[in-house]
Formats: sequence, C-alpha cells, structure tokens
Amino acid sequence: MKTKELLFDPVVKKNPIALQILGICSALAVTSQLKQALIMSVAVVLVIAVSSTAVSLIRNYIPNSIRIIVQMTIIASAVILADQLLKAFVYEASKQMSVYVGLIITNCIVMGRTEGFAMKNGPWHSFLDGIGNGLGYASILIVVAIIRELFGSGKLLGYSILPLTNEGGWYLSNGLLLLPPSAFFIIGGIIWVIRTFRPEQIEKE
Amino acid sequence: MSESVGKTISVAGLLCGACSILVAGAVVALRPMQKKNKELDFKKNILQAAGLMEKNVDVEQAFQKIESVVVNLNTGEITDMNPNQFVQEKADKNPDYLESIAKKNDAAGIKKRSKFQKVYFVKDSGQVSQIILHVYGKGLWSTMKGFLALAPDTKTVKGFNYYSHGETPGLGGEVDNPKWKAQWKGKEVYNDDYEPAIQVVKGSVSAGAQNAEYKVDGLSGATLTSNGVEGTFEFWMSENGYGKFLANFRNGGIQ
Repeated sequence: MKTKELLFDPVVKKNPIALQILGICSALAVTSQLKQALIMSVAVVLVIAVSSTAVSLIRNYIPNSIRIIVQMTIIASAVILADQLLKAFVYEASKQMSVYVGLIITNCIVMGRTEGFAMKNGPWHSFLDGIGNGLGYASILIVVAIIRELFGSGKLLGYSILPLTNEGGWYLSNGLLLLPPSAFFIIGGIIWVIRTFRPEQIEKE
Repeated sequence: MSESVGKTISVAGLLCGACSILVAGAVVALRPMQKKNKELDFKKNILQAAGLMEKNVDVEQAFQKIESVVVNLNTGEITDMNPNQFVQEKADKNPDYLESIAKKNDAAGIKKRSKFQKVYFVKDSGQVSQIILHVYGKGLWSTMKGFLALAPDTKTVKGFNYYSHGETPGLGGEVDNPKWKAQWKGKEVYNDDYEPAIQVVKGSVSAGAQNAEYKVDGLSGATLTSNGVEGTFEFWMSENGYGKFLANFRNGGIQ
C-alpha cells in the first residue's frame, strides 16, 4: 500500500461520509459555521489518527471477545484529551462547540477505521489511514459549512461576504440553511455529484 | 490471539489503567489553564456589558474599576456576605437560597431563583456609574445567561450581552450579533411607573416609533428566542427579580 493512496483515497474515492454514509450526525450539527467545522475537522483528524495508531500498536494483544470495548476505551480517552486541550487553549471556540467535541466518541468513522483497518495493519499505515479518513470527513464538513454559512448568513468565518438585507445589504439570507436538516440536502447533493462522476460508487440494486 | 479469561481480564485491566492515568493526568495538568480561561472569560463578559472591553484592553486591569456586592432580592438590601467568596453558580444550586417562583410571575421560565445575587458596580472616581446585573431565562433550546448594565437611574441600558446560550446558530444565536447587542444602549427597562417595559418586537424598530425606547428588534426566524429575551427582562426587572434592589438604589438606600 502506498502512502499516497492511504492518505488521499478516502478524500474522494472512498470518502467515509459520501461512500459509507458514516459520521452524518456531527456533519449536521457543526456545519452552520465554517469556524466550528474547521475546529471539529482538526479534532476528528487527530482523534482518528491517535486512536488508529494506538489500536494498531496493541492489536496483537487485544482479545477478540473484548476488542470493540477496547477500541471504544481508547477512542474515548483520545476524545476527552482533545476536549480538554480545546478547553485549555482555545476556550472561546470550545465554548461554542459545547457537547459536539465529546460526541466524537460516537462518530462511526473513528470506530470504523479502528475496527476495519487498524486491527489488521501496522501502526504507520494505520496512522496514515486515520489521517486520510479524517481528511475525507473534513473535506465534506468544510464544503457543507461553506455553503451553509455563505448562503445562510452571508458570511465566511464571520466576515461578511454577501451583505444581508437586515444589515442594509441586498442579500436575503436563507434561514433553512442554518437549520440542521439543510445539511442533509447538501450532503445528498454532494453524494449525487460524486457518484455521477464515479459511477462505480453506486450500490447495486 | 490470546483468548483465555485471565489474559482477557489482564488486558482490560491494563488498558483501563493506562487510559485513566492519561485522561486524569491531562485533566489535572490542564485544569489551572482552563480555570484561568473561564475566569477571564467571565470578567470579559462583564466588561463587555459595561462597554469597557475595547481592543487590547488588559482584562484584569480594566476589572479593577468594578466592585461587587451580594444582594438579597427579597429585601433589596446589600448583604454582608463577602462577594469574593460568593460564587453565583453555587448559590443558584444551594437549596437554602433557592425560592420557587409562582407560575404567573415566572416570565423567564426558570422556576426557581437564588434569593442572593451578585451585583457589580462600575465606579468612576468613587461614584457608581453603572450597575451590572446577572440575568438569565429560557430561550428556545437553552437557558440564556447574560449581563445587563444599567445607568445609575436604574432605567437606562448601558449595555447588554449574553455570555452563554445554546440557541440555533444564525437564528436565535444572533443574540450574539454585535449589531443586535448595540441597539440595547439607551433603551429603558422601566416605564415612568417603574414597571418592566422592554418589548422585543417583530421586525425592526424605527427611531421615531412610539415608545421606541422600550422596544428592541426581534430576531428574524427566532420568535421563541425573542420571547425568551423579553421574558427574561420582564422577570428580572420585576419585584421578584431585581425590582426591590433597584428601587432601593434609586431612593438612595445604597451607598
């Protein structure tokens, strides 16, 4: 396996959100603002990388009967660590993210990678695979967040791009985009586009 | 793969031990920083409400202008409790301090409130120039907590901002919008008879409108959050909230 494949395949070719439809829940919750999506992306990339590497390192010692709970423990520790670090170093942002950082524990992508990849591969490859899948998740999150923040509140990263009518501009914001269900439509649209160009991703009936 | 019971238990035990040391270590090591962040953030919010939080201001230094006291809401008097040891968050959970609010009076939807509240005074050369009150009430999803700065006439708003809420970003969350917050300045929380008067209206308030001093722009797409803001003011400005304390202050009962 090549480094490049491990890192970049999950971004388009095998994207965890678009192909496997994993991790949708948090993609709805944190994408109304780009800043939150970016922080969430960084946190998820780190959590996947750290837990995949850790699971891979001890994969030969994990008894089969408790392997899921072992992975869960490692993931949960990594998430708590990430949450604590955010609270200590970027307090403002962590306040806005509230519970969603803690909920990375339940992000299916993380466990999908530890169970599906790290249990069978070496630490270096698992690390790369973790980063790659994190990037795949991040890319969708960022695209969705850009669409939602730009057309929902006329801003990007808090800077005004489309001046809103209620602030004297010309752009009438689309309130639907600020509500979680809109992310469903956008993700659906992204999946449609990807599968149009890569018909091999379409599931067989 | 090692499958014996003994091995399973020892792997589980070792892993749990290692993970708990890691997590506990991080929590303990990072706690001082987190606590400092939290306190700084709290002070920053008070300064923001008072309009003293400009760019490049040193929070600690600016905060020296601010004095705090603990007020008994039922009597409107300042108590002799030491404000530096009084933690509002703890008082809000202390069953000895909590009092139920009758449903018809509970405009803020909070059911209970502590009879002791910490109040901050901004002092300029010995004179109180602003009174900063901690107010909170239910929005759509969450309890919205904020600071309200009033002029010494106890009527005119000097500033208002929420420091904690969980409203929908972009809709109810627009209570954080600087534009929305800025319009509070100069509004009046009481009418001439000192009854709570703030109204959050649909759409925007034109400057010439009747009673514009009592009216605040609603948040579009967030009627329930707007109602929550109105309810918060209605409750905290009433007899059950800071009403008695503010009346006492107006009448010169507090020095």
